[in-house]
Amino acid sequence: MKQTIKLLFAVLTLCVLPYSTYASDTVETHSEEEFDPMAMIMHHIADAHEWHVISYNNSEGQKTDITIPLPIILIDDGLQLFMSSAFDHGKKTVQQGKNYYSLYHGKIYKTDAEGTLNFDDKHEVLNEKPFDLSITKNVASMWISVLIIIGLFTRAAQLYRKEAGAPKGIQSFLEPLILFVRDDIAYEQMEKEKADKFLPFLLTLFFFIWINNLIGLIPFFPGGSNLTGNISLTMVLALITFFVTNLNGSKSYWAHIFWMPGAPIAIRPLLAIIEFVGLFTKPFALMIRLFANISAGHIIILSLMSLIFVMKSLAIAPASILMGLMMFMLELLVAALQAYIFTLLSALFIGMAVKSEEH
Amino acid sequence: MEGLSLTTIGLGLIIIGAAYGISRIASSAMEAMGRQPEISSKIQTAMIIAAVLIEGAALFAIVVVWMNG
Repeated sequence: MKQTIKLLFAVLTLCVLPYSTYASDTVETHSEEEFDPMAMIMHHIADAHEWHVISYNNSEGQKTDITIPLPIILIDDGLQLFMSSAFDHGKKTVQQGKNYYSLYHGKIYKTDAEGTLNFDDKHEVLNEKPFDLSITKNVASMWISVLIIIGLFTRAAQLYRKEAGAPKGIQSFLEPLILFVRDDIAYEQMEKEKADKFLPFLLTLFFFIWINNLIGLIPFFPGGSNLTGNISLTMVLALITFFVTNLNGSKSYWAHIFWMPGAPIAIRPLLAIIEFVGLFTKPFALMIRLFANISAGHIIILSLMSLIFVMKSLAIAPASILMGLMMFMLELLVAALQAYIFTLLSALFIGMAVKSEEH
Repeated sequence: MEGLSLTTIGLGLIIIGAAYGISRIASSAMEAMGRQPEISSKIQTAMIIAAVLIEGAALFAIVVVWMNG
């Protein structure tokens, strides 16, 4: 156990080290603005080009932000590479070659040298957006989670290789979970010999979603990014399930979609249309479910916290914190439940696709 | 988010529908588990799948409302 903690700590430190040296504090003019809970919540659940660690008021009463700058990679007249600290939290315009870039509400736009942004009447930016491949907060967070997962599982694999016997240390944590995914998800939804083929995929899905859900619940650095509540990430996960399902589809699976056996001939074309649409709504539902569940959880917790600032009263804080704590407990359950549901439904879809004829 | 709008009422209606559906599933599943405790794990899986499908439909509606609201 001690070793595991050491290992985890080492992994975390390694993730943070390259960035921490760049941590810079910049001074913002302190203004008595009206607190806007919606803006605060959206800022917290959205992706960002810098990783905000903490804000505090310094001795002169000015608001100081400590953020970790992240690399910006743009494809626009060739490759443009710079650190997000060049934007100075969106206050500066960055010149790269003959192009100028501005950061506005977490998005990068092409501007002139003064950083002028044009808006339409709905207050949407009209400026052109460069093709953005930056290492954002979510990407950095994903890499941290991947390192954690690799660390956990290589350690467990080493222990299995060394000796057979009762599981110990990290094994006793992972073994029940792996057996749960195998026996209660994979073996329930498909035949044994086929389940073994898809088990690595299902296990990866389960642990990736679960660990990222948990990292998203840590309110401070290096957690706090809303990775599984980001629709791009859930879309990629759902697309992987879509391709794994359909590329492994058996003959009878496709027959059941395009020419349903046993149904009256007149109804078969109608069923084909419905089943064909169903091919796409299934992964679409997976995508929306994970995204909406995790985002909703974050929004509720943040709303409860912003109650203190909306009411401008310290008396509301105990109630707010208690409710927030209860939501956190519920979110811990939801984190595991959503990972389970995503894996279960993926197994179900794959199971339907690879089912043998005689079943 | 100002006052009571049609969006808010719509969200309420979605929640009522989804909650009714999921509660029906849960109550039937519990009845079934009471009748046949030996297959309760299978019933539980089926219950979760059905509940999740309803949840998915409700979330579709919530996301649409959210994007238009």
